[in-house]
Amino acid sequence: MTTSDTTTTSECPIILDVKGLSTDFVMKRGTVQAVRDVSFSVHAGEVLAIVGESGSGKSVASLSILQLLQPPGRVVAGEVRYRGQDLLLLSKREMRDVRGNKISMIFQEPMTSLNPVFTIEDQLTESIRTHMKLDKKAATERAIEMLRLVGIPSPEQRIKEYPHQMSGGMRQRVMTAMALSCDPDLLIADEPTTALDVTIQAQILALLADLREKIGMAVILITHDLGVVAESADRVVVMYCGQVVEEATAQALFERPLHPYTLGLLESIPGMEDTEDDGQLYMIPGMVPNPLNLPKGCAFAPRCSWAIDRCASDMPPLVELEDGRKLRCFVDVTAVEPAAPACAPAESAPAGPTPAGPSPAGPASGEVRA
Amino acid sequence: MTEPLISLRNVSKHFTMDRDLLGRTTSVLKAVDDLSLDIYPGETFGLVGESGCGKTTVGKLLVDLYEPTAGEIVYNGVDLAKVSAKERRRYCRDIQLIFQDPYASLNPRMTVGDIIAEPIRVNRLQPVEKIDDRVGYLLNAVGLSANYRNRFPHEFSGGQRQRVGIARALAMEPKLIVCDEPVSALDVSIQAQVLNLLDDLSEEFGLTYLFIAHGLNVVKHISDRVGVMYLGKLVEVAPKRELYRNPLHPYTKALLSAIPVTNPALRTKRILLEGDVTSPIDPKPGCRFAGRCYAKGECVGCACDDEMPPLVEVSPGHFVACYLHPGAR
Ligand SMILES: Nc1ncnc2c1ncn2[C@@H]1O[C@H](COP(=O)(O)OP(=O)(O)OP(=O)(O)O)[C@@H](O)[C@H]1O
Ligand SMILES: Nc1ncnc2c1ncn2[C@@H]1O[C@H](COP(=O)(O)OP(=O)(O)OP(=O)(O)O)[C@@H](O)[C@H]1O
Ligand code: SF4
Ligand code: SF4
Ligand SMILES: [Mg+2]
Ligand SMILES: [Mg+2]
Repeated sequence: MTTSDTTTTSECPIILDVKGLSTDFVMKRGTVQAVRDVSFSVHAGEVLAIVGESGSGKSVASLSILQLLQPPGRVVAGEVRYRGQDLLLLSKREMRDVRGNKISMIFQEPMTSLNPVFTIEDQLTESIRTHMKLDKKAATERAIEMLRLVGIPSPEQRIKEYPHQMSGGMRQRVMTAMALSCDPDLLIADEPTTALDVTIQAQILALLADLREKIGMAVILITHDLGVVAESADRVVVMYCGQVVEEATAQALFERPLHPYTLGLLESIPGMEDTEDDGQLYMIPGMVPNPLNLPKGCAFAPRCSWAIDRCASDMPPLVELEDGRKLRCFVDVTAVEPAAPACAPAESAPAGPTPAGPSPAGPASGEVRA
Repeated sequence: MTEPLISLRNVSKHFTMDRDLLGRTTSVLKAVDDLSLDIYPGETFGLVGESGCGKTTVGKLLVDLYEPTAGEIVYNGVDLAKVSAKERRRYCRDIQLIFQDPYASLNPRMTVGDIIAEPIRVNRLQPVEKIDDRVGYLLNAVGLSANYRNRFPHEFSGGQRQRVGIARALAMEPKLIVCDEPVSALDVSIQAQVLNLLDDLSEEFGLTYLFIAHGLNVVKHISDRVGVMYLGKLVEVAPKRELYRNPLHPYTKALLSAIPVTNPALRTKRILLEGDVTSPIDPKPGCRFAGRCYAKGECVGCACDDEMPPLVEVSPGHFVACYLHPGAR
């Protein structure tokens, strides 16, 4: 997959249009607003990446789209239009038809979504038979073929196994095989390659690219691996504390990140440069705020080196810039030097010495220290 | 020369796949096959390799969750198979495992304080009245406030939960910690926190790590030496810098070339592996990588398809198992 064909996919029709999606978890201690007024769209055949800190609402957003939220989770606002139809208005039965047939999902935790008491064959053929109307033999053949495509060796033998007999990465690939077996129109892949080595990861990403080519499948790729994003996504949505804080084409985002959180994220990647010094890695100072007690203004303000007075009191809106990018920030980081963060909660100070200062691409070193 | 803290000597772990009518094994999966490895006190040994090549199995053998099919595990000079029950318990305390999945490895019904106190209580590592202090100390050591002890795991973020797992492992006062992909599930900013923490703790507590991971940049950052596995075998071992600068095994080269990077200018030419992933079930004789090796053609007159090349030292501390390198033939 390359990032160069963005123009072609953005001319394709929008197949999924998420508007103002908000999801809450109402608990005794308070309400977690896990997803706050999130909007994005996916074009046919496009790969849209969603990145963001752990706990920023990526998984909850995708579960909301597919009506798979468990209570106390509830969508409280917004619409999810799939090829014109609002999925949130569909009945459970209609929704089940969409899932697996049109939209399928690779879940973040394969261990929790594979059933330990059934063989891989049972689980794969069941979904193939219900959605593709194949007989048992044909379904098994299809299942074996899918396992081969995701790089499981000796699939004829391994299909008879139970999930616990497979390695972590193999279980993850079984999930992928299951999600792809019905030729979906849209795939939501929540961290599909975390348990894989880079060569098999490349094989899986190539498989997705191939399906995109052949059947025009679109992909929402949720991942924390920014290398994977750079190499396989057309556009990127960056989330922080349940909100979209930046949206851009993959190329633009890596060339010129505009949100202070995005800058910090790029800075935290351990490099592959051949340096003698493998000292401390850069860390974004402070911690994600308590979801039960979000800051009044910009959610990133307590950790932001660029914060100005109004960041603590006003919520920056998500604005569309001239070049089609979107940004939720009061400050133009390309024009202003960062200052020290307003406040970094003491209890959240990471253990150990302060991180080494970031390189010239990021905020000026030293001043970011908590 | 220092003595290794722990050694695997020709260790195998095989799983039976199929038996005939008489109950004789007809098909075996060789998860780990005749593997030897020394880990020295105070070092961080990084273990990488293809998904399914046996890394977790090596980890489970080390923490005594699996019994080896063959070979011996030697700890502080003593063969584990020959120790008394009491010494074995001591061993199990010395070697701790940090699981890959912070979500699944903590009991959701226990408070974080109880999760950390339990191993201390069960093993009587501290007098009862001191346990509370110890828990607070360990929480601080991993960068969490002692006030967090009454919270439940689901109230923590992924990175905080991972640190709770580390605090629980530290509670046992271990010598060696096997970290099975401790950061794969975390986003980069939290990865950085956990990696920095492991680094600090190794200095403070004099810990030795076996660090299993897929992120080659992460392994490069944290390890002293790195071992590369392919289908149950170690195919290359070298000090980290040497391995990344001068990879010798064709699989290692392919692996290093496939790392996705954010900067297109740093993208190197990919070595794509052709053919199906090789199976560990009833492996053919010969080099385990032969079925996918793109360099086999260069190896004129080699026994690639007949015999697995031995792991030989080609320069000080740099071992490789490939016939392309003189000494292996
Ligand atoms: N069952 C639940 N009860 C209460 N809060 C929840 C529940 N599930 C999720 N949350 C909260 O919703 C927020 C978003 O969680 P989500 O799982 O979407 O994060 P994520 O972006 O997918 O993170 P990660 O990268 O760690 O997977 C978090 O603050 C989380 O604590
Ligand atoms: N209990 C078991 N029964 C049968 N086969 C097993 C068992 N445990 C592991 N295996 C097999 O042994 C091989 C090695 O598995 P292992 O979990 O060690 O791989 P790994 O290198 O950790 O892979 P990953 O990177 O995907 O986690 C795999 O083919 C796996 O299916
Ligand atoms: S500069 Fe202000 S608005 Fe922008 S990210 Fe920082 S705190 Fe938020
Ligand atoms: S021994 Fe032969 S098949 Fe094996 S890695 Fe070396 S060249 Fe390739
Ligand atoms: Mg998630
Ligand atoms: Mg594993």
